[in-house]
Amino acid sequence: MKLLLKIWRQKNANDKGQMIDYPIDGIEEDMSFLEMLDVLNEQLINKGEEPVVFDHDCREGICGMCSLQINGEPHGPDRKVTTCQLHMRMFNDGDTITIEPFRAAAFPVVKDLMVDRSAFDRIQHAGGYISVNTSGNTIDANAIPVNKQNADDAFNAATCIGCGACVAACKNASAMLFTSAKVSQYALLPQGQVEATDRVQAMVAQMDAEGFGNCTNTGACEIECPKGISLENIARMNREYLSASLKG
Amino acid sequence: MSKLIRSSIVRKVAMALSGLFLVFFLLQHFSINMTSVFSEEAFNAASHFMGTNPVVQFGLQPVLIFGVVFHFIMGFILEIKNKSARPVKYASYNGGANASWMSRNMIYSGLVILAFLGLHFYDFWIPEIVHKYVEFSPEDPTRYYHELQEKFVSPVRTVLYVISFVFLALHLLHGFASSFQSVGVNNKYSANIQKFAKAFAIVIPAGFIFIALFHFFNH
Repeated sequence: MKLLLKIWRQKNANDKGQMIDYPIDGIEEDMSFLEMLDVLNEQLINKGEEPVVFDHDCREGICGMCSLQINGEPHGPDRKVTTCQLHMRMFNDGDTITIEPFRAAAFPVVKDLMVDRSAFDRIQHAGGYISVNTSGNTIDANAIPVNKQNADDAFNAATCIGCGACVAACKNASAMLFTSAKVSQYALLPQGQVEATDRVQAMVAQMDAEGFGNCTNTGACEIECPKGISLENIARMNREYLSASLKG
Repeated sequence: MSKLIRSSIVRKVAMALSGLFLVFFLLQHFSINMTSVFSEEAFNAASHFMGTNPVVQFGLQPVLIFGVVFHFIMGFILEIKNKSARPVKYASYNGGANASWMSRNMIYSGLVILAFLGLHFYDFWIPEIVHKYVEFSPEDPTRYYHELQEKFVSPVRTVLYVISFVFLALHLLHGFASSFQSVGVNNKYSANIQKFAKAFAIVIPAGFIFIALFHFFNH
């Protein structure tokens, strides 16, 4: 395949940055998108140019490190995949592909296509945990009965890998889907009830403090989420937040 | 309290509740307007009641004005905040791939509705207030139907009304259905709620268009 890549290049956080064209040839349709970028980077290194910086780690869709806004969609045109699972067969020979970093005030660009997503970590730190004594007398989690539907819904919420595609897709750069998944995975379980009131308030406060936008229910996040996290989680977080606010 | 008002979720719920309130108002407004198609007397009687009843005039009307102003101001505040959440725009943004046009353009459909409200207030509300509370004119319970008909003589005004109602439908197609999600309703009934809300969003504005065209062709 012969392609024209339009890639965002930015030297550092303070650089203005710009889109640069990179024609590339010899791309096979069975390559993953990241492998295609590896080929480009090899060529750039051989020419003595600086390779394109992008985030990646496991390359099997479970770590949440890879990102990229590809032709205007996070993780590209395929559904329920991360960029590392996106294959070049989704594109046609001769295509122009625009590759940009995830854009949000809360996700500042570090370099080229790499963004700082530590805002998600801070939301997690604000309340995305349960306090359990791990001194050796911990009760087996399976000793507490959990409704099957709740267990399944909690598990589905917990499959969020925190990649940030929801923020990147949202026209408001809202982090509601991520935060609601992290609230829901505990809100649905008995183990999460002890800190339920504080958790949702602290996590939403941190989400707002990070400068993410407001949710307007466009549903773009759910469509673009590589793990299929449902909007039901946002409705649940809204309920949790309102009931926590009433409790004070 | 101030912490609550700054919360993104409280603002979202406030937008939804004020929107739902305006949907109820719209239904009530539509019901009264629709009587003008069937009976001049019924329309006059309903309008006379709404225009002179003290509970409606001094109780419900200020609440309605507050609801409208709140919905618009909060809408603008949220739009500005949302724009600032992405200071550097995408060079390529395929919004249509994952969200409807209506959901992505609520501010624009809202602005058309705001402009329409300006015209509507100029046409009906301001003359009504001047008639009653500035000039203290004696009440004629039969005046309303003729006042309505006079406005739809002009083809320009009729077209402006029709266009505005199309934008109202676009606004409601996302807004009404999405307000349930905002207040936390997403369950086994949601599919039917969505269908009802979308049907409402088309039927009510279409009904307003029908009323405008009816009076344009029958004045």
